[in-house]
Amino acid sequence: MSTQTLFIEGTYFVASVLFILSLKGLSHPDTARRGMFLAEFGMLIAIVGTLLHRDIVSYEWVIVGLLVGSTIGVWLGVWVPMTAMPQRTALSHAFGGLAAALVGVSEFLRHGEHLGTFKVTALGFEVLLGGITFTGSLVAFAKLQELVKGAPIVYPGQNVGNFLLFGSAFVIFIALVLSPAHTILFYAMCALALLFGVLLVLPIGAADMPVVIALLNSYAGLASAATGFALGNNVLIIAGTLDGGSGFILSILMCKAMNRSITNVLFGAFGSGTGGEAAAGAEGVMREVSLEDVATQLAYARKVVFVPGYGMATAQAQNAVRELATHLESRGVEVKYAIHPVAGRMPGHMNVLLAEANVPYSQLYELEQINPEMPTTDVAVVIGANDVVNPEARDNPKSPIAGMPIIEVDRAKSVVVLKRGRGKGFSGLENPLFFKPVTGLLFGDAKGSLTRLAAVVGEL
Amino acid sequence: MNETLLAGLYVFVLAAFLGYQVISRVPPLLHTPLMSATNAISGISLIGSIVTAGAKYNTVSTVLGVIAVTAATINVVSGFILTDRMLKMFKREKGPEKK
Repeated sequence: MSTQTLFIEGTYFVASVLFILSLKGLSHPDTARRGMFLAEFGMLIAIVGTLLHRDIVSYEWVIVGLLVGSTIGVWLGVWVPMTAMPQRTALSHAFGGLAAALVGVSEFLRHGEHLGTFKVTALGFEVLLGGITFTGSLVAFAKLQELVKGAPIVYPGQNVGNFLLFGSAFVIFIALVLSPAHTILFYAMCALALLFGVLLVLPIGAADMPVVIALLNSYAGLASAATGFALGNNVLIIAGTLDGGSGFILSILMCKAMNRSITNVLFGAFGSGTGGEAAAGAEGVMREVSLEDVATQLAYARKVVFVPGYGMATAQAQNAVRELATHLESRGVEVKYAIHPVAGRMPGHMNVLLAEANVPYSQLYELEQINPEMPTTDVAVVIGANDVVNPEARDNPKSPIAGMPIIEVDRAKSVVVLKRGRGKGFSGLENPLFFKPVTGLLFGDAKGSLTRLAAVVGEL
Repeated sequence: MNETLLAGLYVFVLAAFLGYQVISRVPPLLHTPLMSATNAISGISLIGSIVTAGAKYNTVSTVLGVIAVTAATINVVSGFILTDRMLKMFKREKGPEKK
């Protein structure tokens, strides 16, 4: 092994160790930032090491790519607002998938029919996963950015069609491994992977995006790991596996939080009006409450729990919530926030928004922590959340969301729901919570209502 | 089965176990930063792209490589910046705004 190779391998080794340490740092908010500096340093030395690679004979194009990428990267990194994190994450999965797929195609072009079985298999996985991630993430991005409608796009025979498509891609993959000389197979497989990515995500509704994003994260990581196998590069295998594993763990957690299986999310086309029985007692009268009443109620409460949902993000109401909370706290009211794992459009979405609004994370509570406290809560304020507080999930075993863990706001002494209108949630389900005697509805834009509430409470 | 494959599989399986242990300790509070961080880290595929872009194997390879370098660099740079932006916001106690 030459000194040069030794140096390059050394940087990769150090980078691998630093990556793992940085993820370990993420186990606590206090150590997380320091951890990320380690990862950044690891990335830097791995790139420097790579630039010394003996295969690289011309630097101009590498530098062009690095410069263009950095410029766009800095712009995206600085400019993207926190509310747009879900779509930015989808976009970055698309880039990750694209990079992996392109390296795979280029490797195949270069070695073509001279590839061994092992390398063809690795390249196959690489372009298959990379291609699916690329187009799938673009569709997810379009849905989250509302370039296409977020509702599931379904048509008859969809699942059968998708299954056949994936099946043929897989058969072609095996044929390619058996006879790598037939390069046409490789390109057919690329095309099918790209098509499959689109068709896989189209039927999935916006409310299921946390699972889809996590799953695409996993695919993007595995595509990187496959690149590592194809190039014989360990740091790629390690980083890709960490990314793939984290995406996989998150998608499992999200599914658990909805009491659904991954297959159900991917092929169930939730919210398209299939199955399930309407709630008994979902009829009734919604009790509308006035802003002043709510303000008084909050101001004289001992404990208030805010339950945010995606509606808080769309209304950009996080700062208004914080403002109201500050007024309440100065009056001695105990304020907590209850965060459901699938509230929002990606894992942890609500936490980031509230942290941005300067809510200390010690006030953010998970589902399991806050539910036992509900009976002692004077007012639970639901802000743009619906399914995650729907008691149907607990009470009606025939409901499409039966068994989904919910934040049990209906066990609080009183509930105030901030809603834009009388419509249903994203799942299209009626929510009996809105008709319970304990619940009062405050209609209007969440941000406006909260700002006015804060003003009224402040004057009391 | 050759040695590279075997070594690669060792690394893969060990990384998967270790990753599982480390990542399941990340609290839900930090799941968005986690996703953005792992995204940036898996942008390490950049090093594969750099070799492809700089090696002058053939024109198509170079073009594909440059696009791949650009895409991966975007992920690395924006991923790390955004992760840091997010992590900076998480504070234990409220207190006077830092200037």
